[in-house]
Amino acid sequence: MLQIDDLQVSVEDRPILKGLSLKVNAGEIHAIMGPNGSGKSTLAAVLAGREGYVHTGGAVHYRGQDLLALAPEARAREGVFLGFQYPVEIPGVNNVYLLKASLNAQRRHRGEPELDAFEFLRLVREQMTFMGIPEEFLRRSVNEGFSGGEKKRNEILQMLILQPRLAILDEIDSGLDIDALKVVSRGIEALRSPDRAMILVTHYQRLLDYVTPDFVHVLAGGRIVRSGGKELARELEAEGYGAVVAGAGA
Amino acid sequence: MASSKDDLERLLKREYVAGFITDIEADTVPPGLDESVIRLISAKKEEPAFLLEWRLAAYRHWLTLREPRWAKVAYPPIDYQAISYYSAPKSRADAPQSLDEVDPKLLETYEKLGIPLHERARLAGVAVDAVFDSVSVATTFKEKLREAGVIFCSFSEAVREHPELVRQYLGSVVPHTDNFYAALNAAVFTDGSFVYVPPGVRCPMELSTYFRINAANTGQFERTLIIADAGSHVSYLEGCTAPMRDENQLHAAVVELVALEDATIKYSTVQNWYPGDEQGRGGIYNFVTKRGDCRGDRSKITWTQVETGSAITWKYPSCILRGAGSVGEFYSVATTNNHQQADTGTKMIHIGPNTRSTIVSKGISARHGQQTYRGLVKVLPSADGARNHTQCDSLLMGDRCGAHTVPYIEVKNPSAQVEHEATTSRIGEDQLFYCRQRGISAEDAVNMIVNGFCKDVFQVLPMEFAVEAQKLLSVSLEGAVG
Ligand SMILES: Nc1ncnc2c1ncn2[C@@H]1O[C@H](COP(=O)(O)OP(=O)(O)OP(=O)(O)O)[C@@H](O)[C@H]1O
Ligand SMILES: [Mg+2]
Repeated sequence: MLQIDDLQVSVEDRPILKGLSLKVNAGEIHAIMGPNGSGKSTLAAVLAGREGYVHTGGAVHYRGQDLLALAPEARAREGVFLGFQYPVEIPGVNNVYLLKASLNAQRRHRGEPELDAFEFLRLVREQMTFMGIPEEFLRRSVNEGFSGGEKKRNEILQMLILQPRLAILDEIDSGLDIDALKVVSRGIEALRSPDRAMILVTHYQRLLDYVTPDFVHVLAGGRIVRSGGKELARELEAEGYGAVVAGAGA
Repeated sequence: MASSKDDLERLLKREYVAGFITDIEADTVPPGLDESVIRLISAKKEEPAFLLEWRLAAYRHWLTLREPRWAKVAYPPIDYQAISYYSAPKSRADAPQSLDEVDPKLLETYEKLGIPLHERARLAGVAVDAVFDSVSVATTFKEKLREAGVIFCSFSEAVREHPELVRQYLGSVVPHTDNFYAALNAAVFTDGSFVYVPPGVRCPMELSTYFRINAANTGQFERTLIIADAGSHVSYLEGCTAPMRDENQLHAAVVELVALEDATIKYSTVQNWYPGDEQGRGGIYNFVTKRGDCRGDRSKITWTQVETGSAITWKYPSCILRGAGSVGEFYSVATTNNHQQADTGTKMIHIGPNTRSTIVSKGISARHGQQTYRGLVKVLPSADGARNHTQCDSLLMGDRCGAHTVPYIEVKNPSAQVEHEATTSRIGEDQLFYCRQRGISAEDAVNMIVNGFCKDVFQVLPMEFAVEAQKLLSVSLEGAVG
């Protein structure tokens, strides 16, 4: 599904990713952990195609295509979804309107008929109930005035509607209360399937208590310095990054 | 905001959609302006003596005036002697009695502009008084309006049929001495629309005029007068487009609104005059005086405008809040793209006690577009308890455009409450990326964000106008980002 080889990326002439390699197969869930400022959000942004990141070396292949050559919207239509660490507010743009435009753009790309307002609303209502999002959110502007946790739920709602092949969720668990964490985890689990893959960026074991990852990686100093199974997350939680990172010389 | 596939196609088309020229025989006076031209216009229109005198007084006053230069717009001097002041389609002599008699080419023109008179009027319940160059060519739904006692006709017809109303109200809001362009308009105006709604009548449909400048080198000087008598209610829609030409064209209109006791006038404009090309060649100079007089107690006037066109816009729809408890509102969206310049805003003059005004202005600038919001809120000593709220937001796309806010506030009554809020933001990279990450193209994302920015204004537009305004905005900002 996703193959990252020796990826090097700079921001404003400062190298941030310094030779990062990662392979993600369909059906897998990968957790990426690592200290603040190590490059986790940078990796997510680069995979999604945000401007301002200079690709200085290495390659990223997504389902056989050169991912970095595609425009952000083309990547999205090919099934790459980024759950934002800080979802942005767009005043005056209806939350559901954006989602409908988004879904229909992707359906058009796949040669599927667009959903009409009625079918779409049915779909959204169903998922909103599943995500415990109140009806009134149908009428609100994109993320405007949403609490931190509501924004994150909304990201997962979008993900459930768009059904991406590769979902990258950047700190989807931060700022969530216990109940919201369960709901968000349920959303993530609902999408787990043999033909999808997910990358979860997180700082905490608690998300991984609900969503069991197949692999856990430690990103430090712009590189994956250690990889392991789900038990690695527990080890990190117990011992901190210090030992692991020092060992890797970052 | 729902766009069908066809709408999208149209929306993405690069060129100015109204930029075609109708090939039609016109009766045009040679360029130049002196008293004889004014006498000729008046004679051609068989006007009563009072009107000719009024025109001549305006002309003589105009000769003493200089073009205003205080607006933040720049353009080469206009040669007023190079303009032709009268142009009418030839078929005027035997004026059409019904749509069937209208020159089919004209109807085709409206068709292209997306105003099929028959359908639009019938389906939407809109009466359309279509002004083509200087003469009204078709008025629909007259009968239904007549039943309600509403007079809706061309200005010329009003002069012939209702001279007493014209005489009573003409120039009572915008006097012929008001300003350079208003004086010029008073001297040479050729046609426009006239509305009178009798006491207690709620106008049974939205009234709508589409103006269109067609003949080359023709200035358009239309004049609109709307009178809402006590307790009446009327909503008026004005749409404007003009063909694409390399030379600049002058448009100096005057609109006067009079609202008597408890009357309400809602005046909505979607202005899409040709803005000039990417290099800033051609385009309309839109120097317009629009003013409403809330003459009666508890009367209300609402101006809503969506300004996407014109090379230069100079326009300040205003309200004189004379009646006690009268209300003035101004909602505006203005875009300036490429080399467009706009200096626009409003004036709210509070005279009566407990008068209230609301101003919501949304300015969008892209590429080299320059935009100034210029607003005056004036509270006179007599206006006890007056209140104003002004919200003025600017959105910038790119770094070569500009937005300027010039609020003038003069408060002469200590009980007044005047609030002014202003914001300037750049279209967020973050917002754009968020939308694109969800699979929405950059172009559509910009439209979506801009429409969201303008929502407060769009939601006060009449329904069918709101849809049109959104489409226009897309066309107007085409390619501005990305
Ligand atoms: N636009 C930018 N301009 C300048 N520096 C940047 C920019 N984006 C990221 N960086 C820098 O790159 C480094 C990695 O940032 P990134 O956001 O990827 O870290 P992170 O691993 O997601 O951290 P956190 O756990 O705090 O979210 C940081 O030092 C950050 O300051
Ligand atoms: Mg981060």
